Amino acid sequence: MKLSEVKEILNADVIVGEKELDMEVKTAFGADLMSDVLAFAKAGSLLLTGLTNTQVIRIANVLDIAAIILVRGKKPQTEALALAKELQIPILTTKYILFETAGRLYAKGIVGCLEQVEDHIAHN
Amino acid sequence: MVAWNKLKITLHTTETENLLYTNSFDIEGGNFSKAGTIATRIKSILKEIGLPNEVVRKSAIVCYESEINIVSYARKGIITLTVTPKTVEIDVTDEGPGIPDIELAMEQGYSTANQQIREMGFGAGMGLYNINCYSDKFDISSEVNKGTFLKIIINTP
Repeated sequence: MKLSEVKEILNADVIVGEKELDMEVKTAFGADLMSDVLAFAKAGSLLLTGLTNTQVIRIANVLDIAAIILVRGKKPQTEALALAKELQIPILTTKYILFETAGRLYAKGIVGCLEQVEDHIAHN
Repeated sequence: MVAWNKLKITLHTTETENLLYTNSFDIEGGNFSKAGTIATRIKSILKEIGLPNEVVRKSAIVCYESEINIVSYARKGIITLTVTPKTVEIDVTDEGPGIPDIELAMEQGYSTANQQIREMGFGAGMGLYNINCYSDKFDISSEVNKGTFLKIIINTP
């Protein structure tokens, strides 16, 4: 679906990337643990998170994340906002909690960028 | 330290003819506001060289993880990027506490991160494990109270 539909479904505000709303997205990953985002999030996915620091933007950049969806009404920190603009990474913010955000997107056809982790990782 | 330098010299003399790019980047330990800047820079350098997206992405991820490790644990470090027609090589050298038990550090979930690192969303014990996953070749050596050296090779298809 288009990022503009994501915005509508989540009743979200666009903080960065008003011009990128025609972008197509199919998958998403959600976590507040950046170590896990680095391990599991796939290129072209949405990143659903409650973390708002510059590292989220850096990670989105290195992972080729399509757009960041900040949940629970979070706003990016000042430096993070400037960096997102510089690196042209769209940021949307929604008041829905992570669970609701994921559920509402899933119900409309967005799927996880992976369904489950492999056995040897799940043990930890 | 001597052994590490030797390793680098060997690489450069064998690959000099086909060298597309090489540069070293300094990283300051403890400076979290700058953490990740080198990974972002390396990513744009590799993109400009015209490498495939997947190679650029893998390289950026291992650089980022290495950078976070240096900032989190070491006094300072250097990332050396070397691009040849067949590989991207990333050498990471730091001056810091070193890793007493490398096997343990490589396990997912093992971490010695402090509260500050964890509050930023790191320290889940995935760093070295991730670097290994995204590399085609990965070597690590470390000396306690001196530092750690990583040699990462990503093949360009």
